[in-house]
Formats: sequence, structure tokens, C-alpha cells
Amino acid sequence: MSTSGSVVSGVPHLDVDPFAMDFFADPYPTHEVLREAGPVVYLDKWNAYGVARYAEVHAVLNDPATFCSSRGVGLSDFKKETPWRPPSLILEADPPAHTRTRAVLSKVLSPTAMKQVRDRFAAAAEERVDVLLEKRSFDAIADLAEAYPLSIFPDALGLKPEGREHLIPYASVVFNAFGPPNRLRQEAIERSAPHQAYVAEQCQRENLAPGGFGACIHAQVDEGAITPTEAPLLVRSLLSAGLDTTVNGIGAAVYCLARFPEQWQRLREDLSLARGAFEEAVRFECPVQTFFRTTTREVELSGARIGEGEKVLMFLAAANRDPRRWDDPDSYDITRRTSGHVGFGSGIHMCVGQLVARLEGEVMLTALARRIAKIEITSEPKRRFNNTLRGLDSLPVAITPA
Amino acid sequence: MPTISFVHPDGKSDRVETSDGESAMQVATRHGFDGILAECGGNAMCATCHVYVDENWIARLPAMAEDEDALLDGTAAARLPNSRLSCQIRITPDLDGLVLKLPERQV
Repeated sequence: MSTSGSVVSGVPHLDVDPFAMDFFADPYPTHEVLREAGPVVYLDKWNAYGVARYAEVHAVLNDPATFCSSRGVGLSDFKKETPWRPPSLILEADPPAHTRTRAVLSKVLSPTAMKQVRDRFAAAAEERVDVLLEKRSFDAIADLAEAYPLSIFPDALGLKPEGREHLIPYASVVFNAFGPPNRLRQEAIERSAPHQAYVAEQCQRENLAPGGFGACIHAQVDEGAITPTEAPLLVRSLLSAGLDTTVNGIGAAVYCLARFPEQWQRLREDLSLARGAFEEAVRFECPVQTFFRTTTREVELSGARIGEGEKVLMFLAAANRDPRRWDDPDSYDITRRTSGHVGFGSGIHMCVGQLVARLEGEVMLTALARRIAKIEITSEPKRRFNNTLRGLDSLPVAITPA
Repeated sequence: MPTISFVHPDGKSDRVETSDGESAMQVATRHGFDGILAECGGNAMCATCHVYVDENWIARLPAMAEDEDALLDGTAAARLPNSRLSCQIRITPDLDGLVLKLPERQV
């Protein structure tokens, strides 16, 4: 395979596939190999550069002029290949176009907007705990990590009741599609047509309930901020990235708290740690594991020369456990100062829905910790495989009421 | 390097050294002050590094951008005329002696 002549000596070539099933099963030893091989590595399997240390991941995220998003944030280069769906106007865009669309979503998902949904989200978390206390034994993925966001987010968006079963499968396609042309990606795209059709239909103005996030995006058309053809695509971003991510975030937090009972006890003793417990789970498990960028010019990064038009894979999860940046990186500590972790990214493309995620995580963990004394894992959890998302397929648990 | 002061909600104050090019948020988190959360890590996206700027200093800070202004409407503690986001206050030599008061809460 050609390496487009831009691989210079000094950049270690690694023969690892960070999109293989055995890697997903236990990525941590390979993350360490990637981090310790050098500040910049080359992945022969997919002809892409990789960065796994915190400093370089942070640097790439914060230099969008050199490491662009408009050529796709997966392995596929939109300059050379036709994207599998119309590109996102925010995720797969660069300034100045990105600046305008980003401002719209920032406004719709602002701290002020979160104050308006907070009580509703907290009440739904209590209702979820009511259900779980009835069950006592349940799957913490289906019955908690999925059920809770599904009970609030589609309504907050203003989606119709029909067809919501497409939401998680659609997101799964989107996040698989950032990966290389492996089986996960091919099969996801092959099966995507009905999910895409649902999403396209649901993003139209007439299908979004008044007052929801979706309607708020469309209202920006009337303000002249975006055009009528842009609005549905921006709603699509919330459908793509707003649900499965929080499912995996809440799943990660519950998985951590069930595995580390001393942290669960700390949380129970001080419920104000709930938000930190969620944030630390995002650092520790990193539900969104990776994103790519594409170089817009030849660039030197930590001594490595990278040519124009090269794909650079950022290992967010490896950066979040880089011992150069974090003390005791492999321990889950709900009192850790997590500011600066890259689980939500960093820079202009940092997760625009981060406040929704934190709010869901905080109120759900608060409700759980107030009313449940103990969470025990009752049988082996099963992993769900996705090219970008890390999470479980099932997590059988039993709870003891407080 | 300039030094700046953080006044905690209990009235105690800490005067600390800054490093070149740091934001006030970075100074506070580097010193481990609980009053600054900075959940978004300094990207002007979360409003959890809210500070009240001492009255004598408010006019000497650079004007705030539109995004900071909008975020301040969503702070957990009340927004006051001297409210700013500390991640947007870059420490320069002319800010030597700056005094920032930390709010009761950030979320």
C-alpha cells in the first residue's frame, strides 16, 4: 500500500489495528504501546498517523486550521471519497462555516436552556429509580443507561412518539462509519437505509414539537441565523450524537460505580460528588474513543513531519489516561479534578451537547445514590462493539435499597 | 510574573503567582481551588469558572465576547454586573494584583 510519500524517519510505524475486535475487548495495553512508541505514530494497517499522548491530542484538537474536520472526522477523506451521508454542517465543517452553525447549537443547548429542563430531567431520574427498585435485578444498560435518556431526550428534542426505535441504531451507524472500511462499518452502512429515512423525516420542522430543542433550531431560520435547508441537518446532529453518547456515558458511570464500591460509598456520603463521578467516568471509560482530522498543509508536530492531506487519528481515551498528564490515571476517583480531559474533545468542536450529558449524568447518579445502598454485578457484562463508541451491551446487576 | 488574588466564598483570600499566558481559570485550577470547576477545560462552553471581578478591576479587563456574555446568563450563582468567566481572562502584566471573588457555587 502507498503511504503517499510523506512518512519520515523518526515516526514509529506500528502494526496495530485500533478498530479490531480484540483491540476493543481490551484497548488499554495497546493504548500504552501507542503512547510510549512516540508522540506521533504511523498506523500501517490504515495508512494514518496517530496521536495517543495528551499533549499531542490536545494540540491537534486545538489547531483546526491545520487539522481540519471538513474532510471528515473518520478515516474516509471527503476530498477523495463520497461521504456515506450528506456531511454534518457542524461536526464535519471548518470555520467560518462552522462558526455560524456552532453558534446556533450552542445557544439551543446553553446553560440557560439546561436550567429550563433540569427539573424535568431530575424527576424522570427519580421515576427511573422507582422502576429499578421494583425490579431489584435488571440489566443496567437496557433498563437504566438506555431507558433513562430515552425517557427524556427524544421528548426534549420534540420527536414524534413513533419511530424512536431507530434512534440508537442510527447513532450506531454514524459512529461505526467514522471507522475504517471494516466489517463493522460496511454492515452498519448496508443496514442504515430505514434509520436514515426515519431521521431525515423527523428532522423536518413540521415533525418537531413546539418548545423542543428541534423547534428551537428551526426558529433560528426565522432569525436569519441559518437557512431552511440547513436547519434539518442541524437537528440531525442532535439525533446522531445526543442519545447513544449519553447512553454510553451513563452506562460507563454505573459500570465504574458498580466495580469500585468504595467510590459508590463516597458518592452516597456526599451527593454533591455526583456530577464529578459522571465526569470522571467520561474521562476513565471515554465513551467516544477516537476521532480523525485531516492535515490542510505540511506540518511538524512534536518533531514529526506530516504531509498535506494526511489523516491523523486522535486516541482520546489514551490521552485521558496519559501518565504525563494524570496522576494515577488508571484509577477511577470521583474527587479527581478532571478539568481538561478530552472525553468531550477540546477546542472549537468540543461536544456541543456536553451540558446535556452532564445534567443527565448528575441527576441520574444523584437519584441512584440517594436511594440505593449497593449495586452488585451479578454476571459477566457483555461489550457492545463499535468503531468509535465504547460501552456495554449488557450489565446484569442487583441492587439493595437504601 | 503577575500575582493575582482569589477571594473564597468564606472570605479567605489566596494570593498566587501566575505563569506566562495563563488564564485566571488555569491559575485557579493549577492551585487546586475548589471554587472553580471549569468543566469544559477553558473552551467557553460551560459557565462553571464564573468569578466576580473586584470593582476596582472590572473596567481594566478586556471587554467580553458575545459567547461569554451569553454563557454568563446561565451561571449557577447569580450573574452580577461584575461577573466574568475566568477562562476568558488572560493574565497579562497589567493585571498584576487582580482580585477575583469566587461564587458560592458553579453548578
